[in-house]
Amino acid sequence: MEFSYDDEQNGLREAVSGLLARAYADSEQRRAVVATDPGFDEKTWSRLAEMGVLGLPFAESDGGMGAGPVEVSVVAEEIGRVLAPEPFVEAVVLAGGLVSDLGTDAQRAEVLGALAEGSLVPAFAHAETGTRWEPSARSVTATADGGSWRLTGVKEPVPHGARADVLVVSAQLSDHGASGATRLFLVQGDAEGLTRTAHRNHDGTRSAKVEFAGTPAAPLGEGTGDQTAAIEKALARARVAYGHEALGAMETALTTTAEYLRTRKQFGVTLNKFQALTFRAADMYVSLELARSTVMWATLVVDADGDVVAAADRVRLQTSRASRHIGKEAIQLHGGIGVTAEYSVGHYTSRLTAIDHLLGDGDWALARLAATVDQHETVDPLG
Amino acid sequence: MRLHLSPEDEAFRDEMRTFFTTQVPQSIRDAVAAHRELTKEQFVEAQRVLNAAELAVPHWPVEWGGRDWTPLQRHIWREEMQLAAVPEPLAFNASMIGPVIATFGSQEQKERFLPATANLDIWWCQGFSEPDAGSDLASLRTTAVRDGDDWVVNGQKTWTTLGQHADWIFCLVRTDPTADKRQRGISLLLFPMDSPGVTLRPIELLDGGFEVNEVFFEDVRVPSENLVGEENHGWDYAKFLLGNERVGIARIGSTKRMLTDAKEHARGITVNGAPLSEDPYLRARIAEIENELLALELTALRVVANSAGGKPHPASSVLKLRGSELQQAATELLVDIAGPLSVASFAGEDSDVPEWAQAATPSYLNYRKVSIYGGSNEVQRTIIAGSILGL
Repeated sequence: MEFSYDDEQNGLREAVSGLLARAYADSEQRRAVVATDPGFDEKTWSRLAEMGVLGLPFAESDGGMGAGPVEVSVVAEEIGRVLAPEPFVEAVVLAGGLVSDLGTDAQRAEVLGALAEGSLVPAFAHAETGTRWEPSARSVTATADGGSWRLTGVKEPVPHGARADVLVVSAQLSDHGASGATRLFLVQGDAEGLTRTAHRNHDGTRSAKVEFAGTPAAPLGEGTGDQTAAIEKALARARVAYGHEALGAMETALTTTAEYLRTRKQFGVTLNKFQALTFRAADMYVSLELARSTVMWATLVVDADGDVVAAADRVRLQTSRASRHIGKEAIQLHGGIGVTAEYSVGHYTSRLTAIDHLLGDGDWALARLAATVDQHETVDPLG
Repeated sequence: MRLHLSPEDEAFRDEMRTFFTTQVPQSIRDAVAAHRELTKEQFVEAQRVLNAAELAVPHWPVEWGGRDWTPLQRHIWREEMQLAAVPEPLAFNASMIGPVIATFGSQEQKERFLPATANLDIWWCQGFSEPDAGSDLASLRTTAVRDGDDWVVNGQKTWTTLGQHADWIFCLVRTDPTADKRQRGISLLLFPMDSPGVTLRPIELLDGGFEVNEVFFEDVRVPSENLVGEENHGWDYAKFLLGNERVGIARIGSTKRMLTDAKEHARGITVNGAPLSEDPYLRARIAEIENELLALELTALRVVANSAGGKPHPASSVLKLRGSELQQAATELLVDIAGPLSVASFAGEDSDVPEWAQAATPSYLNYRKVSIYGGSNEVQRTIIAGSILGL
């Protein structure tokens, strides 16, 4: 068991952190970027592509860099650290990950190469109102139409769904004797019968209502078998990557708060003279470091192709608790300024709250872990 | 970054597990697992079994019985010992005064004390806290005054754990009441507990046990060769010692064992016609503690991996703080699983109330101590806020 990064990984962190520090030197720059569509900076996205970041986890034969989950985790942390709104986890880890896992040679070449180059943004259209955090689709259906397929129904909210050049859509097969199976389809952004309505989220990112009305779609991969397990695994990897994004955000929320306590004066003294406040900051540090340990371990589980789904549940539970604790305390220890949009720290809480709910929150993960708690004597990370 | 243990460390773990589960008498391990008070003889027997296998003081200098292990191996050694319910080598000997004598003692003191300390031929107790010097240890008032070749000690210590078994005490005393900083006038003395003028009064704890004592000193004469290191430098040795006290204080293996027991006990209790172990709320509570414990164990592994040869990892302060909270959470869980049986603390062997349920509440009450000793959790928060967050 070893938790240190090698020189190349440290180099990657430095490069990404340098690029993002220039793009988001202060929170005003981020506010300006998220004020206009598509809610992230296309130039920063291109620079990330030039650095090779957008193709990191994909095979070199698909146009990627052939790197692993540890490298992905380094980037996600730096994204979170400055609250960069670029959809790294959404487009690269999740949508790109699904294409990488399941796509045909031609689909991988078409989507992943362009994603790595920065010329194509994919999004995963999966959530449906009325259900939550399931790996399967219910209301969007896929119908065979001769040799092709058509989708009908609504996906919402779809992160970056309006900006996306191509959508990876989950749908329930409605006939062909495979009824009930969930499969993935690629839908082009300009497909007929596709209506997308964008809106702004509380954290500055964009989501969309995506409506399909007999929209032509290409099955992702071969065959007509159920792809639910593959979706569950891709979601688990994204949960772990979001864990790293949350770590970066929690760390900044804590350091910003500590800095504020050192400088803000009330009653004639700086706030760090009040033990009632410094003890709470100490507890934030405890939450952060415990979450960091679990998230780093889960990335190693992904790397070793272990039980990724269970490890991701553990990440969701630990980071959900930690990010709520740190996010709420960061605002409270700042006072009123923490609730304003003009100051940075509240935006961290907003983003942490979004991450907590995108792919499953802490209680959701706890219910899953509780269901299996009697099937082992102890949890042993050393295997 | 690597997930698994190296083959060497894996083999090391197997070796430890096999030794602890086969070589330490089962009756002693059962007593630890059942939270029974151990007799002095049981402590001594267990430590001698370990010492004979060179497993009692692996963190000491090799010359005095240490093993030159990596920090990860020491971690595995300690966790496996706790998982197997083996009583750990007496902390006052193995973790406290032993390393102090090995580092700061004279050659004569090393030869006289270290082998006997490792083998528990000498049982040490700690003379640190006083009625008016708890977390604020530097305000201690027990004095030692020179008289010829002796020191003459007067004053009082308290919270002296297992002092009733002790042969010797290592004792912080004020030797220079005029020092400009109160930390500067303190020295560390060693003397036998049966010295004339030493009186011990047991303190009964909430669980009915007698774990701690008050110790009174009235004109106790201590030969000058029993001073450790230099006169008036005792505070440095105390800080060194307390740093070691926090090692392994997370007691992750021990908490794991309590959770395993909790699951087992919950299977044997029926609620509304179904085993308590199937109650969703209880399962969630256990799953949450398990997840916290996993995070703590992984943090401990991060800390040991980064502690080799250097300063301790900053996250090490997290280990005491959360480690104590999780030990307490596990004892509380056991009380709640025992439910109405948890009241029958001293029902005895003739009762139908199982032993674990009888022991549950006394353990829970006793374990309130773990967030107080070894630097209270408030002291840990002060350390985190001050030295890590710069507050």
